Amino acid sequence: MATAAVRLQRRTVGIRRALAPIAEARGMARTMLWTGVGMTLVFVLLAIFAPLLSPYGFDQYTSGGHRFAQLAHPSHAHLFGTTVQSTDVLSRIVWGAQTELEVVGLALAFGLVVGVPLGLIAGYFGGPFDRGTVLFMDAMFAFPPLLLAIVIAFLLGGSVNSGVLVAAIAITITYIPQYFRVVRNHVISVREEPYVEAARALGAKPFTILRRYVFFNVVQNVPVIATLNAADAVLTLTALGFLGYGVQPTQGAEWGYDVSRAVSDAASGIWWTGLFPGLAIVLLVTGLTLLGEGLNETINPVLRRRSIRQVDFAAPSMDAGAELLEA
Amino acid sequence: MTAVLEVRDLRLWYGTARGSVRAVDRVSLEIDAGSVLGLVGESGCGKSTLGRGILGLLPEGARADGEVLYKGRNLVTMSPRELRRLRGPDLGLIFQEPMTRLNPLLRIEDHFRETIEQHDSKLTPKDVRRRSLDTLGRMGIPPTRFRQYPHEFSGGMRQRIMIALALVLRPSLLVADEPTTSLDVIVEAQILRILADLKENFDTALLLITHNLGIVAEACDRVAVMYAGQIAEEGPARDVFADPKHPYTRELLRSTISLDTKVLHSIPGAPPNLISPPSGCHFHPRCPDVMRVCPAHDPIETQPDPDRRVLCWLHGPEREIPEGGTAPLEREQIAVAEEA
Amino acid sequence: MSATDDVLVSVRGLKTYYSIRGSFLDRLVGRTGAAVRAVDDVSLELRKGEVLGLVGESGSGKTTLGRTLLGLVPATEGTVEFEGQDITHASEHDRRLLRRRMQIVFQDPHASLNPAMTVAQAVGHPLEIHGLARGREEVRARVADVLERVGLAPAEQFMDKFPSDLSGGQKQRAVIARAIILNPVLLVADEPVSMLDMSVRAKILELMLALKHDFDLTYLYITHDLATAKFFCDRIAIMYLGRIVEIGPSEAIYADPKHPYTQALLRAIPEPDPRRTIPRDLPRGEVPDASRPPLGCSFHPRCPKAFEVCGWESRDLKELLERRWAGLDEEGFEAEQAAVGPMEELDVAKTHVRLEAHGGAHGSDLRGLLDRARAADPAEPFWTGVQEMRDANGALEIDWYDPVEPRLLPADSVEVECHLYDETALAEAAQRRQSRIPQ
Repeated sequence: MATAAVRLQRRTVGIRRALAPIAEARGMARTMLWTGVGMTLVFVLLAIFAPLLSPYGFDQYTSGGHRFAQLAHPSHAHLFGTTVQSTDVLSRIVWGAQTELEVVGLALAFGLVVGVPLGLIAGYFGGPFDRGTVLFMDAMFAFPPLLLAIVIAFLLGGSVNSGVLVAAIAITITYIPQYFRVVRNHVISVREEPYVEAARALGAKPFTILRRYVFFNVVQNVPVIATLNAADAVLTLTALGFLGYGVQPTQGAEWGYDVSRAVSDAASGIWWTGLFPGLAIVLLVTGLTLLGEGLNETINPVLRRRSIRQVDFAAPSMDAGAELLEA
Repeated sequence: MTAVLEVRDLRLWYGTARGSVRAVDRVSLEIDAGSVLGLVGESGCGKSTLGRGILGLLPEGARADGEVLYKGRNLVTMSPRELRRLRGPDLGLIFQEPMTRLNPLLRIEDHFRETIEQHDSKLTPKDVRRRSLDTLGRMGIPPTRFRQYPHEFSGGMRQRIMIALALVLRPSLLVADEPTTSLDVIVEAQILRILADLKENFDTALLLITHNLGIVAEACDRVAVMYAGQIAEEGPARDVFADPKHPYTRELLRSTISLDTKVLHSIPGAPPNLISPPSGCHFHPRCPDVMRVCPAHDPIETQPDPDRRVLCWLHGPEREIPEGGTAPLEREQIAVAEEA
Repeated sequence: MSATDDVLVSVRGLKTYYSIRGSFLDRLVGRTGAAVRAVDDVSLELRKGEVLGLVGESGSGKTTLGRTLLGLVPATEGTVEFEGQDITHASEHDRRLLRRRMQIVFQDPHASLNPAMTVAQAVGHPLEIHGLARGREEVRARVADVLERVGLAPAEQFMDKFPSDLSGGQKQRAVIARAIILNPVLLVADEPVSMLDMSVRAKILELMLALKHDFDLTYLYITHDLATAKFFCDRIAIMYLGRIVEIGPSEAIYADPKHPYTQALLRAIPEPDPRRTIPRDLPRGEVPDASRPPLGCSFHPRCPKAFEVCGWESRDLKELLERRWAGLDEEGFEAEQAAVGPMEELDVAKTHVRLEAHGGAHGSDLRGLLDRARAADPAEPFWTGVQEMRDANGALEIDWYDPVEPRLLPADSVEVECHLYDETALAEAAQRRQSRIPQ
């Protein structure tokens, strides 16, 4: 009987193998990947530990009975200054990180849960279902994504209470076709591979084949797309917030909304209400993009550059000499 | 006999994370005009790397050392631009998969026009057409199909087209890398017939790379047997097959299944990895005639007959073998886990 | 025990056609898609314990036949019986049960194993699919056992490896292990060694023979390599374009091949004997398009021994002219092509054609062209099929004899589908020769 440790090692061998290229990454890919991870991690930590890290609440404008100064310069009390509504800019950045990541996380989850299985089924079984879904997805692709998100946020805003949910759904609708298409196309090529036919010859049921033979061989691209989508989702979310859709000011802090409020401040020379939320957006999006591109360069076998050690012709040859003879 | 190609002490190694892969490890050979040299070996022995390395087509991270003399000029030290100019009119290459060279969007006519114009722009369109049709005709492709697209041809015909494309510029050296492996046996024989006749029609020197000993026996004048990046044995095909000097050649011949095979025979073990091949003679772990000197010292090339070369301690040179070296080596059974 | 108790698989009149969807325009015009006749009326029996070889080149239908037997591809017509039961149109459920008794080993060891599964998972999966083992440990134990059987020992060293860690030979052993873990009765081996090195082939073939004895297996061995087939098989069936052209005991086929195609295949195999050179008298051309097979005997356009009844037709004339022109100089070719024109009439398979003369030429000029072609190569079998050629002013009318469909008939200890061994066809040919109008 194998020990528990050995069994665990056996069970995880697949995952460890899949992640191995990350350890082997070199050069540009490695820089991008780990820079991206670092930048994203900062915001993730901000989001998770918001209650601890943020000096004030996201819409808090008083403390101990005193109302905060309006549009105050960055100072010791308010590191990033305050807004026209007397809320602390820094706090709104921190809480905003939580909002962003909540929405983006939800949007990604929805997108994957809907898009990937649809792609698997449509690609493997083909037929009218496939044709119909492809038609539908292509139509969705044709919509300008931001416009589609706005329309959906607008339609749902009235009936769904949670702004986070509304924003997440609005954003995800534009990404589902991407996952669907990538997965479906990959499935169509994998479907013809001998090992899939071998699985049929063994008597495996179609869903077993999908689960064990097709799924793991088609999902390599998904993490890359998901990460890049996350970057795009942040932009879409902040755009929605800028226009007043999605997360409402009463429900949480949102950087895009803050930027929209800061537009009028800029004319008066007040820079901190706009700069910091803007910077936050840029940094998070850049971090996610670097992470995505770094992953792509690392995992994608076409782009992956194995580290190459220089060839040295002068290295000692294998001539073991007389010692071996005497052995 | 003037040698069109002389390879001297060529090394083609490429770097990986785990060390250098010694794909070609000190290889020397010669091909004369109008002669066919068969380079035979199993997968992973380095024959494809050698074929392409001779033409300067090395993968990334690969380095070359030694000499490849084409009509006296060293291709290893040549600038990439000069080398490019030689490819086509002097050096030709045929791949295993003909579709890799044929552009599905171009008609055959366009393929020929492009190839000829790139290297010999002084020809008029009429001459280009005449030359193309003439070469194609020799390959059995009728002129009525000159304006068709590659996908309209079968596999064997595409291979003929590829050979015609390589030959239309009358190269002096043609390297054919497994040209018939993906073809059916009758078509394979047809293509081999064409290649073997090249010497009569074109006086081309042909390096035929293959894993099939039968092809080498029937189509080649000389044969070089390659193992783990080195030439184990080389000589006239007739002599090598009738009287193999190297144990690997002998075992390989015995393993080949032909119509006369009564008993199956195989070579125990598996070909070595080229990053750290076995010490001394690379074949020693699998050799039925291994001696004590074999793992200890790199074998030295000798000429058992005037026209033959072999890299094996069984053939001396005597004076280089230390005392007791010729005694048979006691060696453990090859572990089953190391079987191919 | 009657003779039929011995028969494991019985195939009768099997046809597997793939339809090619024609272009939109074709469907508009009413030209429905042609069908690729991958398997075109095949009947054979596979007896228990024997090794039957299916030999042929690409397009012969051998692979499709193997897959149809296993139900991986649906049969269009005919029946397949396994252990006495008709399984041609078995339900999905019954098929799944059948999978336990018949398995397949594919050609490409590098692609037959799921890259995402370890050897243990892959080889053990059949047990899980069919619910034949309880718990992971039992599956592992049985996998270890079968891995040792196929020579992947010690099994522990291979169980948790991925396919990319194994060599070609080791992969193929794993594939075989996966195929036999269910103890099947029939094993279809589709080119199991053709992608392996020479020194490894023998090991895998030896393994397969050992397994045959140990497990009492029956093999259907599909290959294009007559050399390994000779060693491995008891009986051999040679296939060409979906039909069996010769079938019989191994020794008979190799000692005295009857069909010209079989003879060509044997001559074409490269032998490691430098005294041999590449034969010059091989059939010309290649395997034709399976969706538009030649009339009569499919092999006739390439056959050196074809004669009056073999199915000569218009497309053969086009090929003849093209062959001629490949060897002519440019002026000659252009002059002749100008007279013949685009030859569209010759693209449809017919035994009567009216070839229009172009460029101011007359029917007599076309006649002259064909006479020159004949004079250049009088032994060309094509001319035996020409019944009559008539000058019709601006055209040449050509009649060929009607094709006689070839039949699989006994000849000595084999069966062969070739007019050379068909008394009726030979008689018909003689009659045609006698009554032919001298041309």
